[in-house]
Amino acid sequence: MKTKKTTHKKHLMTGNEAIGEGAVRAGCDLYAGYPITPQNELTAFMAKRMAEKKRIFIQSESEISAISMVFGASLTGKRAMTSSSSPGISLKQEGISYLAGCRLPGVIVNVMRGGPGLGNISPSQADYFQATKGGGHGDYHIIVLAPSSAEEAMSLTILAFDLADTYRCPAMILTDGMLGQMMEPVEISKFKFKDSRSINKKWALTGAKGRKPQSIKSLYLKPGGLESHNLRLQATYEEIKKRETRSESLYCNDAELIVVAYGTVSRIARAAIKQLRSRGKRVGLLRPISLWPFPEKVLKKYAKGTKRFLVSEMSTGQMVEDVRLAIEGQAKVAFHGRPGGGIPTQKEIEDKILRCLR
Amino acid sequence: MKKIFQRPKSMQDVATHYCAGCGHGIIHRLVAEIIDELKVREKVIAIAPVGCAVIAYDYWNFDVTEAAHGRCPAVATAIKRLRPNNVVFTYQGDGDLASIGIAETIHAANRGENITVIFVNNGVYGMTGGQMAPTTLIGQKTATSPLGRNAVCDGNPIKMLEMLAVLDGVKYLERVTVYSPQHVLKAKQAIRKAFRNQIENKGFSMVEIISMCPIYTGRSVEASIEWIKERVLKDYPLGVIKDKG
Repeated sequence: MKTKKTTHKKHLMTGNEAIGEGAVRAGCDLYAGYPITPQNELTAFMAKRMAEKKRIFIQSESEISAISMVFGASLTGKRAMTSSSSPGISLKQEGISYLAGCRLPGVIVNVMRGGPGLGNISPSQADYFQATKGGGHGDYHIIVLAPSSAEEAMSLTILAFDLADTYRCPAMILTDGMLGQMMEPVEISKFKFKDSRSINKKWALTGAKGRKPQSIKSLYLKPGGLESHNLRLQATYEEIKKRETRSESLYCNDAELIVVAYGTVSRIARAAIKQLRSRGKRVGLLRPISLWPFPEKVLKKYAKGTKRFLVSEMSTGQMVEDVRLAIEGQAKVAFHGRPGGGIPTQKEIEDKILRCLR
Repeated sequence: MKKIFQRPKSMQDVATHYCAGCGHGIIHRLVAEIIDELKVREKVIAIAPVGCAVIAYDYWNFDVTEAAHGRCPAVATAIKRLRPNNVVFTYQGDGDLASIGIAETIHAANRGENITVIFVNNGVYGMTGGQMAPTTLIGQKTATSPLGRNAVCDGNPIKMLEMLAVLDGVKYLERVTVYSPQHVLKAKQAIRKAFRNQIENKGFSMVEIISMCPIYTGRSVEASIEWIKERVLKDYPLGVIKDKG
C-alpha cells in the first residue's frame, strides 16, 4: 500500500529566512539590500532565492539606494522589498517618506538591534517610535507588523505585501535580532499566496502606450494641493485602522492583570503568564500583531474589566505610551523594560507581575 | 501648406516656468525631439530630479516620476532591471547628480546599468536660490561662496565625466553645451547617441550639458553665454570623454 505523502512538512528556518521565503512566495519581484547585522541571513537568502526564481536581487551601495530601488520597482507596479537593521533603517527613512508621499507600496524589514547610534548587535525593540509614528519627515504612517515566531514572520511578510498593495501604503515587518536569528519549524504549506498580478495597478508607470502619460510624485506646489493630498492619506489610514488592526489575546477575559508585549518579549511574557496561571494567578496576555494600526479598541475593552496592565519591552518604554493613550486612565499601567540589547527574563516578568498584583 | 516645424509629440502645450535665458527649455526639447525621432515615446519612463527640473512631468508628454534628491540613478536601476523593454532616463542637475547623489551616480555607472543620464551642469543650485554647486568654478561668487569659491575650503570643481571614465561599466560619456545653435545641434547628436545606446543594449551612457543660469550667475543672458565661453569651457572642455564603441 502506498502511503500518502504528507502535506504538512515542516522546515527548520531562522526568522530572517522565513521572512525571505515569505517574500519570494508573495511574488516579490525585486529585493535590494545592504549588509548589516543581525539581518545578514535575509540578504544572503534573497541573493540565492531570487536568482533561483530569475528575479532581481541587487546589493546596493547604501541603504538609501536600496530603498530608492524599492521606490523604482514599486512605481512600475512590481512587488519589492528591502531589509536592514536599526542604523540602516534610519537611512531608509528618506525613501519611506517618499513612498508614503507617492502612495507607493513596498515592504521594509527592520530586524532591530540596540541603539542609539551604532549601539550593538543584540536584540532590541527601541525602534518602535520610529516605526509606528512615521519615522521620516511628514504627516504619514506605514503599516507595521510584529511577528513573534519564524512561522508568523513568514505569514506576516506575505500579509505585508498584500496590505501594501491594497492600500498603496508601505508596510514594515518589525522584528529583532533574536527572532531573526533563532531557528524554528515553519509549515510553509499552510499559507495561501495571493497572485500579485491579480491586483490592478492602473496608477503604475509602464510607458504611455494606449493611454495618457502618468506621473508619480510627492510634490504639490499649488495652494491647497498638499493639504488635500494629506487629507486623502489620512482617509486611507482611517480605513487601515478600521480593517487591519490585529492582536492576540490569551486569558484576558477574567484577568486581574494583562501583560502587553509584542515580538520576542511576548514569548517570554507568555511563559511567565502560563507559569503564574498554573499557580492560580489570573493574568493574561495581549499581544499586538499590528503595531500600527495599534489595537487600541481591544485594550479599551479590556480596561473596563481589568484594573492593571503591565507593558514589557526591550526598550525604556515606547509602546507603553500607546497603551496609556488607549486606556485613557481607566486602569493602572506599569512598565518593565530592558534597553540596549538587554532581554527581560521570565523570572523578571513574573516578579514584576506579582509586585503589581500585591 | 506643408507644416515644417512643430512642437514634438513628446512635449505638452504649456507655458514655461523657467527663467529667461535658462538652458532647461532647450534641453527638455532636445530630449523630446530625440524620443519622437526614435519612436519610443510610449516606452519612456523618465525620472526627474529635485531642483529646477523637478516638474519636468508638466512639460513632457510621457511617463515621468520624481525621485528624492540625488536618488534618480537608483530609482532608474530598479525600473530598467524590471522593465528592460522600457526606455529609462534620468534628468539631473549638478547638485543632484554630483553632490547629494554622487554615490548613486557612481554605482549605477559602475554596475553598467543600461540607462541614459542627462546631466545639466549650470554651476549653481538654481531652485534653492543660487548656492555653490560641486561644479561652481574657482572664484565664482554664489549665495554660499560670497567671496568666490576657494579651493582651500570649498574644494575644486568636480569633473564627473572624467571621474566616471575610468569605470569599466561605463559605455559612453560626452560633454556638450547649448549656448549657440551650432552647439545645440551637437548636443542633440550626443543625446541621440545616449538613447540609441540604451535601445541597442550597449549600457550606461551619460551626456553632460553645460547650461546657462543667468539669474544665479548674476549675469545678463548674453553675459552668461560669454561666461560659459570664456570661463566654464576652460574647466569643462567639450567633447567625447569616453566611447567604448
